[in-house]
Amino acid sequence: MSETHETTYAAAVAGAIGDAMRVDPTVFVIGEDVTAGGPFTTTAGLVDEFGTERVLDTPISEAAICGIAVGAAQSGLRPVLEIMYIDFITLALDQLVNQAAKAHFMSGGQLTVPMVLRTQGGAGHRSGAQHSQSMESWLTHVPGLTVVMPSRAVDAAGLLASAIADPGPVVVVENKTLYFRKETVPACIEPVPIGKAAILRPGRDVTVVALSRLVHEALAAAETLAAEGIEVEVIDPRTLVPLDLETILESVRRTNRLVVAHEAVQHGGFGAEIAAAVQHAGFDDLDAPIERVGAPFQPIPVSPHLEDAYLPGAAEVRAAVLATLGRSDPGADLTSH
Amino acid sequence: MSGANGIPAERLVELYSQMVRIREFEERVKRTFAEHPGVIRGHTHLADGAEASIVGSVGAIRDGDQVFATYRCHGYPIALGSDTAAMMAEIYGRAGGICKGYGGSMHLADPARGFLGTSGIVGQNIPQGTGAAYAAQLRGRGEVVLTFFGDGASKQGAFHESLNIAAVWKLPVVFIMENNSFSATVRTEQEDANAAAGEPLSMKAKAYSIPGVTVDGSDPLAVHEAVATAVDRARAGEGPTLIESLVYRLSAHGNSIAPPGVPLHYPEHEAISKYGAVEEYEAAKRGDPIPRFRAHLVETGALTAERAAEIAQAAQAEMQHAVDFGLESPFPEPHEALTYVYA
Repeated sequence: MSETHETTYAAAVAGAIGDAMRVDPTVFVIGEDVTAGGPFTTTAGLVDEFGTERVLDTPISEAAICGIAVGAAQSGLRPVLEIMYIDFITLALDQLVNQAAKAHFMSGGQLTVPMVLRTQGGAGHRSGAQHSQSMESWLTHVPGLTVVMPSRAVDAAGLLASAIADPGPVVVVENKTLYFRKETVPACIEPVPIGKAAILRPGRDVTVVALSRLVHEALAAAETLAAEGIEVEVIDPRTLVPLDLETILESVRRTNRLVVAHEAVQHGGFGAEIAAAVQHAGFDDLDAPIERVGAPFQPIPVSPHLEDAYLPGAAEVRAAVLATLGRSDPGADLTSH
Repeated sequence: MSGANGIPAERLVELYSQMVRIREFEERVKRTFAEHPGVIRGHTHLADGAEASIVGSVGAIRDGDQVFATYRCHGYPIALGSDTAAMMAEIYGRAGGICKGYGGSMHLADPARGFLGTSGIVGQNIPQGTGAAYAAQLRGRGEVVLTFFGDGASKQGAFHESLNIAAVWKLPVVFIMENNSFSATVRTEQEDANAAAGEPLSMKAKAYSIPGVTVDGSDPLAVHEAVATAVDRARAGEGPTLIESLVYRLSAHGNSIAPPGVPLHYPEHEAISKYGAVEEYEAAKRGDPIPRFRAHLVETGALTAERAAEIAQAAQAEMQHAVDFGLESPFPEPHEALTYVYA
């Protein structure tokens, strides 16, 4: 057994950035309040080791700082840009979508943009409609962008290492409610390959593909369902683009049932893409319609009672699993969905 | 016309020659619409009238420096030494193009010569130039970045955000605004608060506590002097400068836009078609920077009429070759459309 230690998602992120900066002098951190660690301590301590030349606090200018990252990357550096809340990415999208994602293509392969854009989303902090969204599907729709969405500290660090080493633009979508979850990880976290899903719980009856926070909700639902004799297989794709469809299809070949779960608004969410891809490539393997779990089509409310009702979680995953088995769940409160 | 400021005569002739080559290249782009209908589709934007500003600016930098530009971008790579045949093939959408046919007229790039690309979105390249300037600052070799854009771009948030950051971080970047008096069809004084108040657009620099200079963009030596001063300041670690270079675009904003099958052409200039300002446009043509610089060079003895004729002939031959190369260059294979999506 190799050595392990306890850490958090946030500490794992900071650790992975520090590791990359130590071995590669072209890696630098840029974002709002990053020398103070940001609101979630994900860049804490970096300025002490690497100085303000490589850990840059910026004005509140998301368009410019994303463009600066693009230009610096085109000029040979490896920026790790933080957009503090994914809700603010709208201000940076021109640079990300129209240039970072297309420069390599438009230049006939001459330019590369090896930048990482880290950001975080998710509700649960009573932060309201402009600080809580899950907007990953806005990014997965853009050819040229790689999009990863880790749910665990070990993947947050491992995927970040791969993202920083990647020759193209990679968006890392973290989740604010996962930052301080304690997790036991190897003393030395290996890079996690981009485009490789992880089966986090094996099961024979129903496959649940879950993203980010919903991975933990799915695991919780699987635990209670196991007590009732239903074995759920939980898959975390970890990377959304490029999606490891083969791992999902291989699972569906065994279970013949699929639930796709994410916190983002269900309407137009990335779950629709997974469901469509599986029904096309695995139509003959499916014994039931694919069920989707996602948030209702509405902005996120700030009042605790309203936000709790809004958020999809283990109960919704459980109900969806039972639906694929043709059973209803008398215990579930589905009034909000 | 400004004095040569110690620039050797041979270098002045070289700058003149670059102006002639840029003009001839763009004339051939324009003529392609009539001579080879259907060869160019989509968008082209010409910089005729801005050649003095382009060569005066690019002539003030050295190897290792970098340039970003907007979609009106044919002149900069020519001044940086790019292959005009590969550029024409690019505009024709051919595999032999400088970007293998993936970029087109609005997205030329030649990173080997320091030309790090252009943006089809107004103002988008300004933060990118600022980022490259941060990279230059970190490398610590005294390199600078020029980022070119039009007067319209100074109304984008990215412009203001970038000037602010470049000033605070003292980045080695020169922001060069080519003010051609129109944003497509809208006159600058209709959409710019400084212009509306009768003040130069370079005063926007004041908001960021950096030098702002307005220069006659039809005078290559005046532009060269202003940019060289800004470049020296940037190399010395003193930060950015905003230069407003006053030029008059001699062609319409761009070619007509129509679906495949419908012939494209260059419409009449907006000064006439929209504003009926015939005399304004004719005056601009009389002030064409190329004959003006030629007359200056002949007057001061730097150039003879014979040498000027040779330069014109050489440019014509070069651009005829560019057109021929472009027409003969094969189209990319359809299956190649999916390459270069990911590095």
